[in-house]
Amino acid sequence: MQLEGKTWKFGDNIDTDQIIPARYLNTSDPAELAKHCMEDADAGFAAAVSPGDIIVGGSNFGCGSSREHAPISIKSAGVSCVIAASFARIFYRNAFNIGLPILECAEAVEGISQGDEVAVDAGTGTIKNLTRGKEYQAKPIPPFMQEVIAAGGLIEHVKRKLG
Amino acid sequence: MGMTITEKILARHAGRDRVEPGELISARVDAVLGNDITAPLAIKEFEKIGVDRVFDPERVYLVPDHFVPNKDIKSAEQSKLMREFARKQELVHYFEVGRMGIEHCLLPEQGLVVPGDVVIGADSHTCTYGALGAFATGVGSTDLAAAMALGETWFKVPETIKFVYEGELPKWVSGKDLILYTIGDIGVEGARYMAMEFTGPVIEKLSMDGRFTICNMAIEAGAKNGIVPPDETTSEYVRERAKRPYRFEHSDPDAQYARTITYDVSWIEPQVSFPHSPDNTRPVTRATHVEVDQVVIGSCTNGRIEDLRVAARILKRQKVHPNVRLIVFPGTQAIYLQAMNEGLLQTFIEAGGAVSTPTCGPCLGGHMGILAKGERAVATTNRNFIGRMGHPESEVYLSSPAVAAASAITGRITHPEEVI
Ligand code: SF4
Repeated sequence: MQLEGKTWKFGDNIDTDQIIPARYLNTSDPAELAKHCMEDADAGFAAAVSPGDIIVGGSNFGCGSSREHAPISIKSAGVSCVIAASFARIFYRNAFNIGLPILECAEAVEGISQGDEVAVDAGTGTIKNLTRGKEYQAKPIPPFMQEVIAAGGLIEHVKRKLG
Repeated sequence: MGMTITEKILARHAGRDRVEPGELISARVDAVLGNDITAPLAIKEFEKIGVDRVFDPERVYLVPDHFVPNKDIKSAEQSKLMREFARKQELVHYFEVGRMGIEHCLLPEQGLVVPGDVVIGADSHTCTYGALGAFATGVGSTDLAAAMALGETWFKVPETIKFVYEGELPKWVSGKDLILYTIGDIGVEGARYMAMEFTGPVIEKLSMDGRFTICNMAIEAGAKNGIVPPDETTSEYVRERAKRPYRFEHSDPDAQYARTITYDVSWIEPQVSFPHSPDNTRPVTRATHVEVDQVVIGSCTNGRIEDLRVAARILKRQKVHPNVRLIVFPGTQAIYLQAMNEGLLQTFIEAGGAVSTPTCGPCLGGHMGILAKGERAVATTNRNFIGRMGHPESEVYLSSPAVAAASAITGRITHPEEVI
């Protein structure tokens, strides 16, 4: 899967309360959640983000709550993928389960500045910073996760298992 | 080579003799859990799978606790969806308002999680149940949906960090202080993807309530699960409660650990985590300049009877500071009732505090005590992220019930010794 977009850079330990504050969790409607995506980290983000844009986070991205509303709000805001130095465990699972591509690559995070144009091959994990002409290789996606992606998310994977 | 308690529990649920850290396994789950935020999403996903029935109506637990009694129309719709699903699926353990509690206080109390279990919950603080010697971890709604259908899920077997607590616990230092101190030491990603095994003479002497508090916050260090070796204290707690047979597992003497960290607790002070991260921990004596507008005592971290007893002991015949709003929310109806019978509620009310029905409420900035811009709270909860209890420019300081109660009296963060 080829993805390309402008990057939005955030720091370390971006928690799920910053990604989607609990005050908006009285619904699970993706379009509603998208309106408040990243609100407590950058209040202007949801209004300014364009389809295909890429979030770049530091270490432990998505720590905190198990709310799947967090990756859902990112995905439905139009973000094509998240690159981070590392991800919190539950966010990592959730992102794969709902089909939001995420890549772990500390070097890329270091080499990307806010607003850089970046192209990503979600299959191979290659990350190209088009603005700066640099290329990076993300950690390989574990085989089980690849199966989930190939099936089109966890629900499809389970359907196959039961079917 | 031996195995840790976490590895043994996972191996047994995977139908294997042994498992190694890093391995991906498929494991049977003894129970799964969802709440009024995560279950509605899980139910929608479950319905996409196309099976008619959950794997076992006795082992799917649904607890509306975050926005109940419902705070607005949208949250009422979420609860309704969950309630209707529970009825349609004939779930045995659905807990309605008036009989509910905060999920992580309620399920152990009801004997629905037992030692040796594998439990997943669509709530990050599911790790609380490790206090019983179970493997319990938080997942998202889609994982919950899949497990509701299959009765199994996949895990990467975590490496374990062993924590050994030695020495004598000083007065006013509780399980909460130990875990805040630990997270302050290793950081919010110090145990990322790993198991935290809490051991040593101090843990052995700790009550079940104290152990629940410690395991509750394992996720705040990034851990997959926290776990305490089961012992006589565990037996006493589960004997009368357990709704299913249970099994005590123990780490082998030659089990492999990623690290072992030993603390001498004898000199530890009560701890306070400053905004906006649970690892931003300082001793209380370095926090006494912080004035607060609100004090929150409760939550799945510290809403148990022992927590309320400590707070009431400090607030007895005292008054809440005129500039402070004190909100106490017991973890379950049973705890609420017990607190009433012991006269604790009367103490809180006479001191000038508000006592709430069990709910997550203020803990996640849901309702029942939202902070305005610039306001500060000291809370016995587990997270002090930006905007956690309300406005993005409000602040939350985490502490034990003793420090929170003392702070309610003086209007600033206070060592309990100061007001006793
Ligand atoms: S009390 Fe707070 S931390 Fe515990 S389950 Fe409720 S919202 Fe989550």
